[in-house]
Amino acid sequence: MDTVTFPGRYDSLESISNFIEKAAKDAGLDQKATYAVQLAVDEACCNIIDHAYGGEGIGDIQCSVKTGKDGLTVILIDRGQPYSPENVPDPKLNLPLEKVKPRGVGLYLIRKMMDNVSYATRPDSTNVLTMVKRRS
Amino acid sequence: MDITTTQFKRCDVIKAAGRVDSSTAPGLEEAMNAIIESGRFKIVFDMSEVNFMSSKGWWVLIETQKKCKRYKRGEIVLVAVREEIRSSLDMVGMGSYFRIFDDVTSAVGSF
Repeated sequence: MDTVTFPGRYDSLESISNFIEKAAKDAGLDQKATYAVQLAVDEACCNIIDHAYGGEGIGDIQCSVKTGKDGLTVILIDRGQPYSPENVPDPKLNLPLEKVKPRGVGLYLIRKMMDNVSYATRPDSTNVLTMVKRRS
Repeated sequence: MDITTTQFKRCDVIKAAGRVDSSTAPGLEEAMNAIIESGRFKIVFDMSEVNFMSSKGWWVLIETQKKCKRYKRGEIVLVAVREEIRSSLDMVGMGSYFRIFDDVTSAVGSF
């Protein structure tokens, strides 16, 4: 397992994406699956910065990647506010343009892009998001 | 991310290269708003060199589309959208808000 810790800032997103891209390729994911993991991780990191920490520069994001038999596992750990993913409603899709509101697609995309997603808050107050992408 | 804007008679062409994420989307928004604030509402967004776009980037496009389409005064159309970006846009039903062209010439010609 490879682990890198990034500052919880938007300008870390590109480095995180590069780290994920390399891991996905090393794990044998194709271009489409690699992009899916990059997008899911980007959305998850933005959720951590915006919602768990409530802003940039408040805390770190620990990012781990692990290649398994059938694909790639990405684990993101933060020390921000925990939340309940099951309480986040799916966004309303296919609304008329003027009714579309800029929120709520991050988690929906993460679930759609990845094959398995789980979230837990540990007793030491760290939040752990585990995402799996299988090889196609 | 590099952004260039070119003004044509019928429309403005804006081209970005690289990643559009939470870090770079504000720059794209600024460039879009600069065109709109100059009273021009027909925009071609050349995405041929955009290799990544998160939902933060999509919201910039959605907000720009809302402003352009208000009073039926214009529209933003997209050019050469990478397949992975397009399928993620479609996944959240946002692809339907934009006409997408293969090249800049046909997009400009659509106005």
